[in-house]
Parts: sequence; C-alpha cells; structure tokens
Amino acid sequence: MNETPSDLKFLDSHEWVKVDDNTVKVGISDHAQNELGEVVFVELPAIGDEFVSGDEAAVVESVKAASEVYTPLSGEVIEVNEALEENPELVNTSPYEDGWFFKLKVSDENLGSIDSLMTAEEYLSMLDGNS
Amino acid sequence: MNRTFLYESHQGLGSKFVNFSGWEMPIHYGSQINEHNSVRNSAGIFDVSHMNIFDFCGVEAKEFMRYVLTNDVNKIDDGSALYSVITNNEGGIIDDLIVYKFNNEKFRVVSNCSTFDEVNNFFESNIIKFDCEFHHKPSLGILAIQGPESETALKNILKLELSNYKSFSFTERNKLFISRTGYTGEDGFEVIGEPEELQNIWDLCISRSIPPIGLGARDTLRVEAGMNLNGTDMTIKNNPFESNLGWVVDFSDVERDFIAKENLLEIKNINKIKLVGVLLNEKGILRSGQKIIKKDFEGEVTSGTFSPYMKKSIGLARIPMDMSGNANVLIRNKLLNVKILSLPFIRKGKIMI
Repeated sequence: MNETPSDLKFLDSHEWVKVDDNTVKVGISDHAQNELGEVVFVELPAIGDEFVSGDEAAVVESVKAASEVYTPLSGEVIEVNEALEENPELVNTSPYEDGWFFKLKVSDENLGSIDSLMTAEEYLSMLDGNS
Repeated sequence: MNRTFLYESHQGLGSKFVNFSGWEMPIHYGSQINEHNSVRNSAGIFDVSHMNIFDFCGVEAKEFMRYVLTNDVNKIDDGSALYSVITNNEGGIIDDLIVYKFNNEKFRVVSNCSTFDEVNNFFESNIIKFDCEFHHKPSLGILAIQGPESETALKNILKLELSNYKSFSFTERNKLFISRTGYTGEDGFEVIGEPEELQNIWDLCISRSIPPIGLGARDTLRVEAGMNLNGTDMTIKNNPFESNLGWVVDFSDVERDFIAKENLLEIKNINKIKLVGVLLNEKGILRSGQKIIKKDFEGEVTSGTFSPYMKKSIGLARIPMDMSGNANVLIRNKLLNVKILSLPFIRKGKIMI
C-alpha cells in the first residue's frame, strides 16, 4: 500500500493531480493501480496536445484490461513520462512519484476548477464508502 | 454467489476475487505475471472446482457418446481421455469438453462453468433414446497441477508413480481421479475428488511452495497455448471449422451418426474462415473485438492479451481463410502491424513461432 500524499487532488475516476504554479502533473491513484493489476503498457499523449477537462488523454493497460486516463483540467501537454514506455510497471510500484503520466500547462483561468476536485482525505473516504 | 470449498484457503493466500459466471473465484494472489511464469518454468496449482462434472453410466453409454460428441470415443482405450465439442443441430458450438472413458458403459465429461444449463439440457434431451443415465456431480472438486515439475510434485504428494501415465490418460487411486490433462500447454494433471481429499492435496502443495494460480494466469496461459475459451473465441454462432477445431469432428467411421453430421460435412467443404494466432509487431495490447484488416479482407481479434512469457502482445483472431502473412490491427483509430501465425504460440515451455 502506497501512502496517499496529502498535497494531491483527486478525481472520482481515480486520477490524481499535483499543481505547481501553472504546471499540473497527472497520474492514477494507488487504489486504481491495485484494481488494474500489473500494468504492461501505457499510451501517453504527444507533447503539444491540447485537452479540455474530461478528455481521454492516456490509456493504461494491465494484463487483463485497458483503461482510459482522463485529464482533470484543460491545458496543453508539456511533458510526458517517457520512463513508462520501457517500465510501465512504475505505475504499480510508484503511482504517486515515478509512475506519473503527463504534465499540462494550465492557464490561470482554467486552474480555478482545481477547487472542484477532491482532497486526499475526501478521496479516501469516497473509497471507504464504496467498499 | 457460489464459492468452492477452497474459498477460505484462497482468502488466506491473499487472493483477489472475481465474479466468474456466478462463482467468486481467485483472479490472482498478488502477481498474475509471476503466477503465469511459475507454471511455464516450474509448477503451480489451480482450483477449478467451478467447472462441471457429468458422469454417464449404462449399457449404451458408448453409443450415446458417439452420438452426442463430434469427436469419436471409439478411438480411445479405457483409461483415456479425448477433447471434443458438442454442437446444436446446425453445427454451432454449445461447449468444448474433455470426455474420459472408464469402459464402454462408463464415461465422465468435464465441461465449462458458464454453460451448465445449455450442456445439461443438451445431455438431458438427447439421452432419452439411449439406455444410459447421467448425473451432475457438484459435490466433487477439481484441482489442476500444471507445469514441467508437476509430475515430480504430485508424485511426492500422492506417493504414486505417475511416469507411466501418458498425456490424456487417467487413473483412479485412493478416492481420487487423476488425469494427465490441462489447459496451459504444459505437462500437468487434473485431480477430481471429494473436498476433504483435495483440501489435503492443496495444503500439501502450498506447504511445498507450489504457488496457487488464479484465473488471470489461467487465461494468459491458455492464449499462449492457443486454446479456445468458449464464449470468447467461439459461441453457438461458430462452427468447429472456423474455430480451429476441425480436428475434433471425426467423420472417419462412415457408419457413425452424430448430431449435426450432415451439416458439419457441408460446412467443412464450404468454410472460408479460420481462427489463427496474431502477434503484435508494435507496442500496444491486442484485445477482443479489434478489427484485423488486410486489403479488402477483414477479421476480428477474439482473445487478446499481453504474453507474460514472450513479453509481447498476442491474441487469437477469426479471419478469412485467404488472409495470411502480415496484416493490420485497428487499435484506438490507429493501424498497427500484426503477424498472422498458426497456433500454438507456446508448447511445453518452447516458443513455437
């Protein structure tokens, strides 16, 4: 079980985001990677791709199934985690650190919607409520 | 939801469970990939007690089997097993199964979990014309011990010499039914018996570090072995010839009548579809439902997965007979290159492609 960092915000579709000024890093939660099982392939967006919040931005595939990764905020992809191409299992072993997916450049205006996302505490209690 | 007698053992081993046709079964015990490779490299034990066992008994038991199965039990000896399918009158596959012949008056069939009603109805409606009875045996469980070290492992546990039992033979010893069969492409055994006896074998395997294997690895092992999963690679809408199973329809004894014989003969002569292996030459994962395309020809992936042993994506696909060589697969609006291959991908630890 990976500790859930308190500085992250979460979506109910199990993505996390970390905001650093106007740069937003996106990954999937420890719960999500555990549900998926061993990740064997990750399809990342291209640098320069522009997304509107809710768009499908990446795909994560375990042995058993493929799942979409949705972008929580609108913005432009400025960096992707190339390490996942060779080592997709980082999503399992380090979901909140080495297993991140991509970084978005988000305008001040779009950054406002971060407040609608769940805190780590709210996310964990949502998971408790589901189980 | 149904549970097998080993449910608590699975829980204790850290199993993650999945609903498999109404049965709460282990999908994996931590790592599907490690479980998979244990079976390829050494040995592992599966609980497959959710599968259905039917016993047939009567002076016309052999005649009944010769009528309802596409394959012909006449070609096997007492103490041997045979893979077959059962079809409807049009030749559509109801299920695949293994039939075990004790003698001309006693047979056992093991069929899939998900098709109990269809298979039970099929036997019930056809047995009327024969001097033969059949019984479903839900109280019995099934363990599969599979992998290159399975013979040594089981020999030590059962204190029974197994080397003289060849593939697809079986024996009965000390209330256990032991067959050299499986669904992994490796050497292996399946053991049928009462829960108490099987619990003991399970516990001995675990205590000797033979790992438990979940249904996740069971699926990737059978795809590598090029074996069909009923309901996925074939359904009632498919005939055996377009399912890589022409070899289980036995027309050799012209005197033998069996269900859908005439239709199957006709299908055999006109069939233009085949079930093959596909290997993805690029990064990505094949999944069922993806289109296989080459010029004007089109087919479809029926099973697709990541192969833990080959570390590439492989699948089974139903395609036109004339399609071969390389083709494209459509994954999320992108065309990727696949190679069309004959099955299996792997047999007894050896990559065959």
